[in-house]
Amino acid sequence: MEKSPEQHKYKNSFLNWIEFRLPIVSYIEKEYKDYPMPKNCNYFWSFGALATILLVVLIVSGIFLAMNYTPHTDMAFDSVERIMRDVSYGWLLRYMHSNGSAFFFIVVYIHILRGMYYGSYKYPRELNWILGVFIYLLMMATSFLGYTLPWGQMSYWGATVITNLFSAIPLVGDGLKTWILGDYTVGNATLNRFFALHYVLPFVILGVVGLHVVAVHVHGSNNPAGIDIKSKGDTVSFFPYMIVKDTLAVCVCGVAISVIIFFGPNLMAEVDNYIPADPLVTPSHIVANWYLAPFYAILRAIPDKLGGVVLMFAAILILFVLPWLDTSKTKSCNYRPVYKWFMMLFFVNFFVLGYVGMKPAAGTYLLIARIGLVYYFVFLLILTPFIGKFEKPKKIPASISDILKDNNLSKSEHESGMH
Amino acid sequence: MKVECINMKVLLLTFLFLMPSFCILASSNDAKMPKHEWSFGGITGTFDRASIQRGYKVYREVCSGCHSMSLLYYRDLIDIGFSEEEVKAISAEYTVQDGPNDEGEMFERPARPSDRFVSPFANEQEARMNNNGSYPPDLSVITKAKKHGADYIYNLLLGYKEPPEDYEIGEGMYYNEWKEGHQIAMAPPLDEGYVDYDDGTENTLPQLSEDVTTFLVWSAEPELEVRKKLGIKVILFFIIFGIFIYISKKRLWREIH
Ligand code: HEC
Ligand code: HEM
Repeated sequence: MEKSPEQHKYKNSFLNWIEFRLPIVSYIEKEYKDYPMPKNCNYFWSFGALATILLVVLIVSGIFLAMNYTPHTDMAFDSVERIMRDVSYGWLLRYMHSNGSAFFFIVVYIHILRGMYYGSYKYPRELNWILGVFIYLLMMATSFLGYTLPWGQMSYWGATVITNLFSAIPLVGDGLKTWILGDYTVGNATLNRFFALHYVLPFVILGVVGLHVVAVHVHGSNNPAGIDIKSKGDTVSFFPYMIVKDTLAVCVCGVAISVIIFFGPNLMAEVDNYIPADPLVTPSHIVANWYLAPFYAILRAIPDKLGGVVLMFAAILILFVLPWLDTSKTKSCNYRPVYKWFMMLFFVNFFVLGYVGMKPAAGTYLLIARIGLVYYFVFLLILTPFIGKFEKPKKIPASISDILKDNNLSKSEHESGMH
Repeated sequence: MKVECINMKVLLLTFLFLMPSFCILASSNDAKMPKHEWSFGGITGTFDRASIQRGYKVYREVCSGCHSMSLLYYRDLIDIGFSEEEVKAISAEYTVQDGPNDEGEMFERPARPSDRFVSPFANEQEARMNNNGSYPPDLSVITKAKKHGADYIYNLLLGYKEPPEDYEIGEGMYYNEWKEGHQIAMAPPLDEGYVDYDDGTENTLPQLSEDVTTFLVWSAEPELEVRKKLGIKVILFFIIFGIFIYISKKRLWREIH
């Protein structure tokens, strides 16, 4: 007989056994069952869950791809084609992975825009936001590395153009570039290390996502009104209320991604990447992955190489300090009559930057890229601090329950969400 | 507040749906590429096996003189309706180098179904030497490697024209309406009657071009039929499961409001 009797919290004795030794069961229960979600959250609050699921899909499909992939300049292209032709359901693995990464970016972009529009980055969720931007940086690095692996024309030339950026850094630039490439030009050494890094970074992302989620759960989720939870009546429990919404979101996203995977698997890819890499033939224009295109537009908008590189990195890094640039106490743009419109314009502007980033950097496109670049920085560095100081927010309801009461008539449309 | 919420929704949903279409838009060619009706097009389209087989004949008798298709194995031809015996006979017409044998010598032997398609030239240099310095690309995945895929290849094969009067055409180059820059180093590879079909199909230029293009699409996307079939099932699953979830969500949340 044992001296200290184990507690019998759960009906299932196996769960009790685990719980006594590692309190993971109660942790999961607390964070994913009883966790209070604000009642008024809309479907934008499902994009975090969508991103997590896509990350898992990417990791799993990636591991299976890696079992059949050969990171050698002479064999990489053929090994990818071999996966598509000779490995059973290899085409599915590959199309899931390539289109999955594109959807991952779409979902994360919406997730970020949600955070910006509803002011989720403000006190007390600053660290959560910072971890998010960190994830975003890691995602960009991972997708860039992954893009080189099939060793098509765009892989090779994309890697060449991007790694060349490092040589713009004064003094150490050239040495740094050689250190990254493992050679003077993109070659076999580069491909090998890019594969190693592409394999490991997603697990780093997974770890940071874990921290990111723990960080939201400390103070609870924000909501479309941007006001704090006042009482239990303001919330619903995560299970089953949020789970059911998240599952619905997964189904809708599942339909969208399946349409692409099964009926247009190469629509989001560059045709040139089905031509094996050839260091002697430069493609007529080298385009960035479309989800990195806004930053590519910023890079090329500046005639000076170093200046372009600096601004491109600044454009991303500046997001880290957004919580301190925004001086307004009001979180949600729903209650910020002026800032709201500049925020929307910022989204549109980002989109336009992405568009011109895919076009040749000349003429009107270059002009648009420059205007877009200016607005990007003016919005974050000037408008955000100043509007926060002078804007008069709308009257904010006392609690989440009050909003729902006021909206009693229109609630059904409000909740119907994505469609 | 309701109106503003909808504002945000509309904006972001547009964003969601425009993003992929944007990249397609941004990369699309300005010139209008005429669209052809393909048997494998659409949601439920499947390959016309007879057309692929004829297309293979065109490739074998014409294109294979210059273009390799080194990702294909002879055994893959079984998928398009050749019998094992026929494939053995086809592959035996080619010789491959094998070895070393027990004496340490390399030797030549007839190709087997498990060999890859034999390339017309030993390497790129030899291919260029025989084609005025131009390189005839491998055709295994050519329809995925060109914008507009099948439509482009088809139009290209039909697109040879007299150059406009003021047009300067390069030495050894041919004018083609659809090639970028309108100059191509490949002489018109096909014309009416170049290949005789065994099944009595008329061998007009459009017919030959359609068949060889169908063959090339099959070569680039052999999984196409399986893919679409599975796709319909997966999408139906998400829709039906989604409807159930939607109903449960409505019920669950009714009491919350
Ligand atoms: C006499 C040799 C020869 C034959 C036969 C030949 N080609 Fe070509 N082909 C070439 C060369 C050379 C090029 C490269 C053209 C260039 O780069 O301008 C080429 C290029 C191509 C291209 C790429 C066009 C592009 O836009 O870059 C396609 C597609 C093609 N050939 C298809 C075919 C098909 C289909 C056949 C059979 C019906 C065929 N070829 C027969 C020599 C040949
Ligand atoms: C790998 C990518 C990411 C994953 C898997 C992920 C996952 C999640 C999850 C599960 C949540 C909680 C549920 C929710 O509120 O949606 C969350 C919240 C949040 N995420 Fe992310 N995230 C990712 C990237 C990012 C990025 C790049 C940013 C910002 C730059 C970001 C910013 C936020 C913010 C601000 C919240 C709190 C939202 C709120 O409470 O209102 N996330 N994330």
